[in-house]
Amino acid sequence: MARMKFLCDAERCIECNGCVTACKQENDVPWGVNRRRVVTINDGVPGERSISVACMHCSDAPCMAVCPVDCFYRSEEGVVLHDKDLCIGCGYCFYACPFGAPQFPQAGAFGVRGKMDKCTFCAGGPEKDNSEAEYRKYGRNRLAEGKLPACAEMCSTKALLGGDGDTIAEIYRQRATSRGKGSEVWGWSTAYGRPEAPKSAPAPAPAAAPGGKS
Amino acid sequence: MTKLMRLMAVVSGAMAAVMLAGCGERPQVIEYKQGKYQGKPDEPPYAAAPFNGNKDQWERDIRNRTQNQNEYRRIGT
Repeated sequence: MARMKFLCDAERCIECNGCVTACKQENDVPWGVNRRRVVTINDGVPGERSISVACMHCSDAPCMAVCPVDCFYRSEEGVVLHDKDLCIGCGYCFYACPFGAPQFPQAGAFGVRGKMDKCTFCAGGPEKDNSEAEYRKYGRNRLAEGKLPACAEMCSTKALLGGDGDTIAEIYRQRATSRGKGSEVWGWSTAYGRPEAPKSAPAPAPAAAPGGKS
Repeated sequence: MTKLMRLMAVVSGAMAAVMLAGCGERPQVIEYKQGKYQGKPDEPPYAAAPFNGNKDQWERDIRNRTQNQNEYRRIGT
């Protein structure tokens, strides 16, 4: 099996935030922490695009590179996880991550950062699988139950795909080739109007009647 | 005269030492060294029940479940 990956189809994402809600509910994520969020580009402008973002479980993860206590590891399925017992909440990973995935709960009255929390691909952490300790620290371990991340499985339009990288890439490829491009694609022109008509050519001169005077 | 000569020798010696110190400057580009995971070991997702170490079964289940996201296959267009 290849690496576990997420893939978000911006043509399909409708910014419903169902993935965000599913993640929070499934993993009992603390107040103030969002492991997943929906980012919209050109919000309110025709042609806006939304995309669901969380930890992308990088193959060469910068968070792993900068962690001063080396609390990150990559599972054999390619999921980037960390040991919360070791994390010191320094925030280096937050600065290193290009996706803003690491989140820090407020752990005191003076805004002291707690231990880092991030998307686990619903794979728990370094505790006994499906144990109470694992759930409390990292959330539910759906991979150990033979399931996929809740965000991807809950996505109503199936914009967010999660699973084996090769398989979801094939699903996306089939989808992109089936839906075609241009006016065939569901989008703004479909919903709000037709493409601009080509400029009309000058009307041809009426043909002279046979035998008529010129 | 000898005092002056000695002073000049000391000064030139000190200057040479200062100038040579520049040659000993170390490169300031950080060389990244891959860290080693220091935390607790984790078990693979197929280790515990219901898969009980059956990796093939787990991979098959995950692959089939991934296909549930493919409505072209699910609906059968």
